[in-house]
Amino acid sequence: MHDMSAQAHVAHHAPPTSFIRKHIFSIDHKVIGKQYYGLALVAVFVGMVLSWLMRLHLGWTNLAIPGLHWLSSTGAPGNVMTPEYYLQLMTMHGTIMVFFVLTTAPFAAFGNFFLPIQVGAEDMPFPRFNMMSFWVTLVAFLVMISSFFVSDGPTLGGWTQYAPLSAVGSVAGPGQGMGVILWASSIAIFCIGQLLGSLNFITTTLDMRTKGMSLWRLPLSTWGWFITSVMGLTAFAVLMPACILLILDHVAGTSFFVASNLVLNDQLQPHAGGSTLLWQHLFWFFGHPEVYIAIVPGMGIVSHVLTVNMRRPMLSHRVLVYSMGALAVLSYMVYGHHMFVSGMNPISSIVFSFPTLIITIPSTIIVLIWLGSLYGSRLRINSASLFALGMISMFISGGVSGFFLAQPSLDIMLHATYFVVGHFHLVMAVAAIFGIFSGTYFWFPKMFGRMMDERLGKIHFWLTFVGAYCIFMPFHYAGLAGNVRRYQAFVDDYLQPLIPLHRFITVAALATGAAQFIFLYNLIHSRYWGEKAPDNPWQATSLEWATPTTPPPYDNFGGKLPVVYHDPYQYGIEGSTGDYVMQNSPEKIQSVGEEA
Amino acid sequence: MSQADLAMEGHAPGLVTGIPPFSVPAKKMAIWLFIIADAATFAGCLVAYGFLRNGTPHWPTPFHSIVNVAIMTFILLTSSLTMLFGVRAAKAGDKSAAFRWTLITAIGGIIFALLHIREWLGLIGEGMTMFHNPWGTSLFGASFFSITGLHLLHVTGGVIALLAVGIRYMGGRYKADDLEVTGLYWHFVDLVWMFVVPLVYLLNLSH
Repeated sequence: MHDMSAQAHVAHHAPPTSFIRKHIFSIDHKVIGKQYYGLALVAVFVGMVLSWLMRLHLGWTNLAIPGLHWLSSTGAPGNVMTPEYYLQLMTMHGTIMVFFVLTTAPFAAFGNFFLPIQVGAEDMPFPRFNMMSFWVTLVAFLVMISSFFVSDGPTLGGWTQYAPLSAVGSVAGPGQGMGVILWASSIAIFCIGQLLGSLNFITTTLDMRTKGMSLWRLPLSTWGWFITSVMGLTAFAVLMPACILLILDHVAGTSFFVASNLVLNDQLQPHAGGSTLLWQHLFWFFGHPEVYIAIVPGMGIVSHVLTVNMRRPMLSHRVLVYSMGALAVLSYMVYGHHMFVSGMNPISSIVFSFPTLIITIPSTIIVLIWLGSLYGSRLRINSASLFALGMISMFISGGVSGFFLAQPSLDIMLHATYFVVGHFHLVMAVAAIFGIFSGTYFWFPKMFGRMMDERLGKIHFWLTFVGAYCIFMPFHYAGLAGNVRRYQAFVDDYLQPLIPLHRFITVAALATGAAQFIFLYNLIHSRYWGEKAPDNPWQATSLEWATPTTPPPYDNFGGKLPVVYHDPYQYGIEGSTGDYVMQNSPEKIQSVGEEA
Repeated sequence: MSQADLAMEGHAPGLVTGIPPFSVPAKKMAIWLFIIADAATFAGCLVAYGFLRNGTPHWPTPFHSIVNVAIMTFILLTSSLTMLFGVRAAKAGDKSAAFRWTLITAIGGIIFALLHIREWLGLIGEGMTMFHNPWGTSLFGASFFSITGLHLLHVTGGVIALLAVGIRYMGGRYKADDLEVTGLYWHFVDLVWMFVVPLVYLLNLSH
């Protein structure tokens, strides 16, 4: 009886006909995936422009940026950014990038589009929840953006929104009143969207797999999304009450995050009794899993792309999956390493340092599996595989600095310097974005039925790859020189010599950002005028390449669900169609594969 | 290739026959996942409360009597039992009995909520608010109203869900499984209360 109801739940909805149900309020996971991708694209350009403004200000402190006063007349009188406005733009850059780009693009966008197809399902079990998850996320984004337009602008507290300055209201600076309320509301709404998405992802992976699709036959990208959704389920569930408590501190007169006898701007704050550390505990209990929520889908995507282009499976499919799972479990136990200098009991620092060093083991195993599998393979070089290699490069470069930061004694010196900023930008942000690019070049033909321009893709890769290192490697050097993050200008004697370095970073950031317009052009041009894509342009084996049409029809497989006979990566063998056998091909595997 | 061949490859034979791997329908799995997430939310709040309580000298302990909270707990626990009867009747195909038990469960929830609101009003009458109370740190009122408020919100949502699902079950739109799924949520609301009572009530009882 149970299996009947589970099967009956497969969404047998007829394709919609009206424009609104088809393209706007669609319950089709593929449309929702594209909507998420579009949202992330808008968000990433907002975030990138914000970073340009910040970098210009850091390079040339009193530079007038034409038109900036239109964004905020008080924040940029005469087009010159005030110190507070610098911090406000920085906060929005971090928030938009972490939540609306790094969480939505690799996880929600690609996951929505491809997870149901890769497991061989017609749709997710709760398509309405799925639609709701996108629209809720969009509302969260609009609420966040709206804070640019309230009287004193968005919050300046940084994306971590540390208490007590986030909890005492506008006495702490512009944007700390209404700006924080909007920030916390937006994030709380975002959490609801993620919960709905995670519910769908997990139930799809566990319940909607087609015949023969055992867990070990799932492609690595599906594993990445599945593990991420398990993290998202509980991490965002803790962030949401934290945000609500923060809002209560603003609107209900509570003092959860404000200690007694706090004096700000010579005013004794009326609050009493709370704990500033409590916010950090709640935030980082979410915040550290969030780092892995950003990167694990990228790991899955990159593994998937590389196996297709290496024409052979990973050294160990299972160890790779177990390692990603270990990252997820450990990600909850390491969060205190963000708080080594926050005034925790020093014993806690040691307790959190230990799992932090442990978590480098699965990360290292993953990297070694990638490198070991690449060694001696005849990798097909295309935009997707180049960005996959780039992701690995960024992850290693950013990961190495993690070994230093994991040790409390070193972190006392490096904490809140540009060293940390360089570390997390490489290991989490740029690496994840390279994963997004890799996925885009790889899956675009299936999503839109047209090929992207490979030549432009390769130019885009080299400019972005070199550019990203030019931006973020110097950050480490500046951090070692004692350059504290979040300074809006470098006026101290010891920072003066670093100004040329910062100008170099600014120029690199502008150039790398400009290179992204090549990608945008490629994306839009290929969408309408690209070469028609065949059903399986990369000779890949997983089910997304087995759909009857490209892009896939409304129910993905044209009413006939595929039956799966093989492990996901049957490459380098003698199949009837070439050196690969598709998962849904009933033919026997002749030579060595993972099944042998 | 026949299904027998597939099974011989040694890969999850259940899947070949179309039985979901864990024999859990999607709705039931989803409610369990929601319960995990919701448990994390409550855990976050209760840990925050413990963190603040431990960090505050002279935490007030104003409660004198456990009579009211004992009655509330008894009613909520009983409503879990009646829910169980309802689901059992639904599984046995006894629609009207299932509906009756669901209704009784919802009434139990309503009585619980009313008793809870009465208690709140009494405390507010004694001068306790989110930001002030006569006994000590303002955090006492803030955490009490936040945690019990979050729970009350869950009870209210549960009552609405019980009524909506119960009526649609009676009308034939929903099945016994749907009633069970709602019941799982109701038991969870009940279970969380068993954490709230000792931490928020019994710990704050004056000796």
